[in-house]
Amino acid sequence: MDRVRMGIMPSTGIRLDKVTYSVGGRLILQDFDLSLDRGVNRTILGVSGAGKTTILKLILGLIPPNSGSITIDGTEITGLSEARLREVRRPIAVVFQGGALFDSMTVGENVGYRLIEQGTKNPAEIERVVLEKLGFVGLEDAIDLYPAELSGGMKKRVAIARALAADPGYILFDEPTTGLDPIGVYNICELMRRLQQQGKTTLMVTHDLHTAFQVSQRFSFLHEARLVFEGTREELMAAGMEVTREFLSPTPRSLFAYTSPERTTA
Amino acid sequence: MTISTRVQEIFRETGAIAALTLRAITGIFQKPYYQREFVTQLDKIGVGSLFIILLTGLFTGMVMSLQALIQLKPFAATSYVGGMVAMVMVKELGPVLSALMVTGRVGSAITAELGTMVVTEQVDAMRVEGTDIVKRLVVSRLKAILVALPLLAVVTDTVALFGGYLMAAGSGVNLIMYLHSIPQFMALQDMFEGLAKPAFFGVIIAMIGCQVGLSTRGGAEGVGSSAKRAVVLSSVLILVADFFLTKIFIAFR
Repeated sequence: MDRVRMGIMPSTGIRLDKVTYSVGGRLILQDFDLSLDRGVNRTILGVSGAGKTTILKLILGLIPPNSGSITIDGTEITGLSEARLREVRRPIAVVFQGGALFDSMTVGENVGYRLIEQGTKNPAEIERVVLEKLGFVGLEDAIDLYPAELSGGMKKRVAIARALAADPGYILFDEPTTGLDPIGVYNICELMRRLQQQGKTTLMVTHDLHTAFQVSQRFSFLHEARLVFEGTREELMAAGMEVTREFLSPTPRSLFAYTSPERTTA
Repeated sequence: MTISTRVQEIFRETGAIAALTLRAITGIFQKPYYQREFVTQLDKIGVGSLFIILLTGLFTGMVMSLQALIQLKPFAATSYVGGMVAMVMVKELGPVLSALMVTGRVGSAITAELGTMVVTEQVDAMRVEGTDIVKRLVVSRLKAILVALPLLAVVTDTVALFGGYLMAAGSGVNLIMYLHSIPQFMALQDMFEGLAKPAFFGVIIAMIGCQVGLSTRGGAEGVGSSAKRAVVLSSVLILVADFFLTKIFIAFR
């Protein structure tokens, strides 16, 4: 770390420092800090509407924060032009909540999309990578299908294959198992574990405890625009905070209590 | 929403459309060109609109001719009907009608398609995958509409002239007389006007369709309301722009 500070080594990882984000007078994140080093896997938990997806969009530079600093591998991304952001985003891939596959393209074209856009590989090489990544998620046979012909679980697997195509350093997952049947959840969790074994840095945001405990070792808990907890599963279970306790084991007291946070910037 | 908020909103949106238009027009000449996307859009916009344009042109030409024949008959000047139909169609109705038809059919589709891509995070996914969405999604549509709409206006004019002749023939006007009257009413500048106007209207349709689509918020309801807004805005702007373009062309006559 000292070598990084002294400038001997380039700073790596994703850092959010005192990030505040609000929209329409509603405060989503306040003085939010996050640090994700290379090779680490981490999960941010929180109720629906807590602002988990917002964190991913801020990291990707898809939305600008109101204040604070966001750095990707040492590069400050706030205030960058879209052209510069495209360069900074290169090591990052994301699996969106609904897959966000391109409707008008086949599965193969979806997976090879980034490689085609980069224009650094010839069509034969792109096809080889596409088949390899589809093989990783077990969907080689779906290469010529369109997203509308796939089930929800298959869409998520194609989205993972697309995320892997350009061999990213960081993979962000937005609710990767939401809406899937138990077999679909198992498949996605297994794929995520295999990615971690390959040394990929992963950040997942989810409200699904089962998935989180299956694939992560470290957890953060987002509540009322801030991270109120960071630690291991055991520490989370033992945490004395009412909100984490209710999240882990909802009781009648938690009825409607944490489902619609209304925070204003005033 | 207060009046001042509404006014601010209008200025913000106008600024956003102007900025997107500027980026899209400069993007036409910059790589990557997304030729496949352009050809797909040209097919959707041009070929896809052909049938509705043929119908519109045919019946408008026939109605124009019927009305003109009623006015010309008392003066024994029915041989001029071809010129009248040509002048009105080429300079005004051809460009405006084809633009309004394309607005209803294509402008709404552009907005709905881009709006759906926004709400299903496909646009965000494209940005993350390294795509300049203005070049891929906006420029390709602008180019396609810039090529297609003037051609569709020419088709409208041609079919309208044919429809006009069908009615004129019923009143004893032969084809030679019908065609001969056209150059008596039309100059070369009129032809230029008939091509320049649809190109300008094409910019309006594409840019409003894209901007409103890309700023869609919410789910299916947001997409629906965006499509409706784009059609209304484009249609009104086409009619307003037609007036000012006509004034400009008259000034340079």
